[in-house]
Amino acid sequence: MLENFLASLMTIEGFAFYLFSVLTIGLFLVTVMSKNVLYAMTSLAAAMVLISGFFFILGADFLGVVQLIVYVGAIMALYSFAMMFFDATKDIKEKNTNPALVFLLGGLSAVVLVLMFAGPIHSDAIVALYPMHEGVGNAQDVGMVLFTKYLIPFEVAALMLLVAMISGIILASKKMDDSLTEDLGVDEEMMIKDDK
Amino acid sequence: MEIALVENLPQVTWLGVLIKAVLILAVISALAGFGTYVERKVLAFMQRRLGPMHVGPYGLLQIAADGIKLFTKEDIIPQNANKFIFMIAPIITAATAFIALSSVPVFPDFTIPEFVPLLGGVFVPSIASDLNIGILFVLGMMAAGLYGPLLAGMSQSNKWGIIGSARTAVQFLSYEVVTGLSILAPIMLVGSLSFVDFNNYQLEEGVWLIFYQPVAFVLFLIAGFAETNRTPFDLLEHEAEIISGYATEYSGMRWGMFFIGEYANMITVSIIAAIVFLGGYDSESTFGWLTIMLKIGFFFFLMLWVRAAWPHVRPDQLMWLCWKVLMPLAVVNILVTALVIMV
Repeated sequence: MLENFLASLMTIEGFAFYLFSVLTIGLFLVTVMSKNVLYAMTSLAAAMVLISGFFFILGADFLGVVQLIVYVGAIMALYSFAMMFFDATKDIKEKNTNPALVFLLGGLSAVVLVLMFAGPIHSDAIVALYPMHEGVGNAQDVGMVLFTKYLIPFEVAALMLLVAMISGIILASKKMDDSLTEDLGVDEEMMIKDDK
Repeated sequence: MEIALVENLPQVTWLGVLIKAVLILAVISALAGFGTYVERKVLAFMQRRLGPMHVGPYGLLQIAADGIKLFTKEDIIPQNANKFIFMIAPIITAATAFIALSSVPVFPDFTIPEFVPLLGGVFVPSIASDLNIGILFVLGMMAAGLYGPLLAGMSQSNKWGIIGSARTAVQFLSYEVVTGLSILAPIMLVGSLSFVDFNNYQLEEGVWLIFYQPVAFVLFLIAGFAETNRTPFDLLEHEAEIISGYATEYSGMRWGMFFIGEYANMITVSIIAAIVFLGGYDSESTFGWLTIMLKIGFFFFLMLWVRAAWPHVRPDQLMWLCWKVLMPLAVVNILVTALVIMV
């Protein structure tokens, strides 16, 4: 057991895998445990970037880069919420209304996840349904699977994003015609408020 | 053609990659320092002044003077700042800029001559890490570089810093779509994400991609200016409005690292534009590497030129430009390209 571990640690892939694993788990722990919003967000972003390392080790360059690009953008948007709602330099007191319930639900979902991912622990049981083609790039392979086998989930996801976008626009559209900077009316509104 | 070339080349070893990495780090940081001098001189001549003149001939040693100043200046960390994040933010900017350069072809392939002790005979590749999805990796890494200004602004407990990082987020969310969509049309034409394939495609066609994709070129250039925080879009640290934005509280070498990162990013964007749109390096002719240097130099100069010629835009103008003008244009461009390829 230990010998296997040490032997795999000596190879470049094994070393990279264990390094990324330790770093990723450590960073996600910081995300969950930290009381400072800036630490939590930064470790989340760093861990998401490190996960792309696993894709690179597996030779799935395209998915690795997609992971990088998608999460960099997504967490950047999260940051902007953190910026608006919290003072990033101060710690935040969390209100845990029912610790027992949180413990129960969190523990249950953790157990379910572990069971799900530990299912195919016998490596014989894992068969690649859509193996990579020799001589074809990553992007082509992903595209082929995406537009044949997974076409309907893909289109449904696109539709869902469209719905989300439209609802976002509708929620924010009340004052869409007024510009925040060009319109003099905004300044005047402020002055009226000050007068009151 | 290029495949045959690659097969003839010696094996890429980890030592070669290491030498390459050190070379990129040394040369690009030096170039970034030199870039500040060039920028001041070019701006000065465009504005009919002399620029730095006192230190050395034509002010050439100004770089050394600036370097000494940056290295020896006190590193101040504000009392209420989040110290750890404040300290690593400039490193993120500089590091990601250099990581992005790792999958871009910089300098030609060469083998270290045998008479050099220890390192003789080591083959140094042109691209440190030749990914077959090079373009996406570079764009993703440059996008990750914006975490530097964002974290810097948020950690320093300074209102100007917060405004700077808010503008970072706004700028990122605006231009990122345009960058991706604008470069998608050339990718569709070439059918690959590798820089080498782009170069070979243009060699075989005998035409630069800028003539097939003029709209994509202009869009990419505009997005590239936003990506590197160059003037019309340098909202993050716009001196006249928000003191120095995200860099307000920084001093010494931490401040310098932001600028090394920015100049390295300028060089990266210039290289991408030169390879993707202006024909890249001609691997068959002897002067191929000279021409690409000239192309990269032209784009670098263009950035300085635009800085001298154009005023800043406001954040809302940037958002308007990116979402209402450039993004629809890019989508139409992709549609037209797809139709042409299909027919």
